[in-house]
Amino acid sequence: MSKVRVLVGTHKGAFILTSDGKRQQWEVAGPHFAGWEVYHLKGSPVDPNRIYCAPSTGWHGQVIQRSEDGGKTWEPVGNKFAYEGTPGTHQWYDGTPHPWEFKRVWHIEPSLTDPDKVYAGIEDAAIFESTDGGRNWTEFPALREHDTAKGWQPGAGGMCLHTIVLDPSNPSRIYVAISAAGAFRTDDGGKSWKPINRGLHSQYIPNPTAEVGHCVHHIAMSPQRPGVLFMQKHWDVMRSDDAGDNWREVSGNLPTDFGFAIDVHAHEPETVYVVPIKSDSEHFPPDGKLRVFRSRTGGNEWEPLTRGLPQSNCFVNVLRDAMAVDTMDECGVYFGTTGGQVYASADAGDTWAPIVRDLPAVLSVEVQTLA
Amino acid sequence: MTIRVMLPAHLRNLARVGAEVTLEVAAPATIASTLDALESRYPVLRGTIRDHDTLQRRPFIRYFACQEDLSHQDPNTPLADAVLTASEPLIVLGAIAGG
Repeated sequence: MSKVRVLVGTHKGAFILTSDGKRQQWEVAGPHFAGWEVYHLKGSPVDPNRIYCAPSTGWHGQVIQRSEDGGKTWEPVGNKFAYEGTPGTHQWYDGTPHPWEFKRVWHIEPSLTDPDKVYAGIEDAAIFESTDGGRNWTEFPALREHDTAKGWQPGAGGMCLHTIVLDPSNPSRIYVAISAAGAFRTDDGGKSWKPINRGLHSQYIPNPTAEVGHCVHHIAMSPQRPGVLFMQKHWDVMRSDDAGDNWREVSGNLPTDFGFAIDVHAHEPETVYVVPIKSDSEHFPPDGKLRVFRSRTGGNEWEPLTRGLPQSNCFVNVLRDAMAVDTMDECGVYFGTTGGQVYASADAGDTWAPIVRDLPAVLSVEVQTLA
Repeated sequence: MTIRVMLPAHLRNLARVGAEVTLEVAAPATIASTLDALESRYPVLRGTIRDHDTLQRRPFIRYFACQEDLSHQDPNTPLADAVLTASEPLIVLGAIAGG
């Protein structure tokens, strides 16, 4: 029978939650790297027992840890992220030039085909690659050296490259998203990058339809349809049917089109999940009701999913990397909150139950479906 | 000469050592040469106390010995006799910060 392993990164360590295919009874292991901020951990699709994890602390900086046994034991592998050449400046919040400085890894994305190859999205925004299992890291400098980069500004969480999406049908194509520069795509394995923000409208920037400067929060893609992308932007849920060349808004009847997390059903590429969040400054669910919204029509028409989720006095956030789906026959959906809860649905979102309630603030959730 | 170094908890876990390690360092030992020896024995600690390339102390790290804060001394200054004779450790400390 299949197993499910949920990888949870939190403000104070990593946790690993496991269950059988029924996804009713869970074992909780952790914290791993207790006291370290774990922005993200993710397993290799080729070798699921190989998991890469990105803990950091303000004292000691970034370390990449790797497990070969599904997260039971870990080995520190590499921690040097050096920009190529002289990194120069981007814009600071007040518009003044600010030196490009490495702060931390936000997202780690193992290759779809090679267990030793892994990508890292970092703050200040850049993408790095390791081809030796995380020991050594080299930058794809063309992204940071893009003509527009001197004008990129940080989002509230920093100027982070937080999303990396690999195209299973085209190993040379990678999508990334940067707060608050926008979405970019390479079609040549990282040698060159182009902004893919046409159709985005951000009313709070000087030119609402600028080539860059959009606060993209997350991008999701069904591996079954690599050209179709869904985006949760600072405001607006967006969709592209041409690999990001053009976007259109599909926020439809959402109670608020602000949010962070977005994901796509494992078997139904038109079924999309978001968690609407009140903004700009509150960053908790509207009316104190924690609701996942599901569209079965690729956007525009959304239904609230509430069964098993708190519908009063709930004021947590769900961060951008804190939602994931499994690939069981009946797709499971998972998300974590800044209140430390990890919720699971074994029926595509119809009903929910907490796996755990009292972890540190959850920063990321990933799921592995194991044979 | 033998130098004793005390490490903060996260670095003990990372290097899989106890609270204190002893290192052989060429005389006259300094903070810089002691940390060189530490990183040579435990490469996993490179970058966690000082920058990989500039070797500058990370902002939230402090160095103490003999009840003195050495954080802002030239790291190439010879350590105090009590440290050189291993009666006192060089302490690598995380600044009081967190949340």
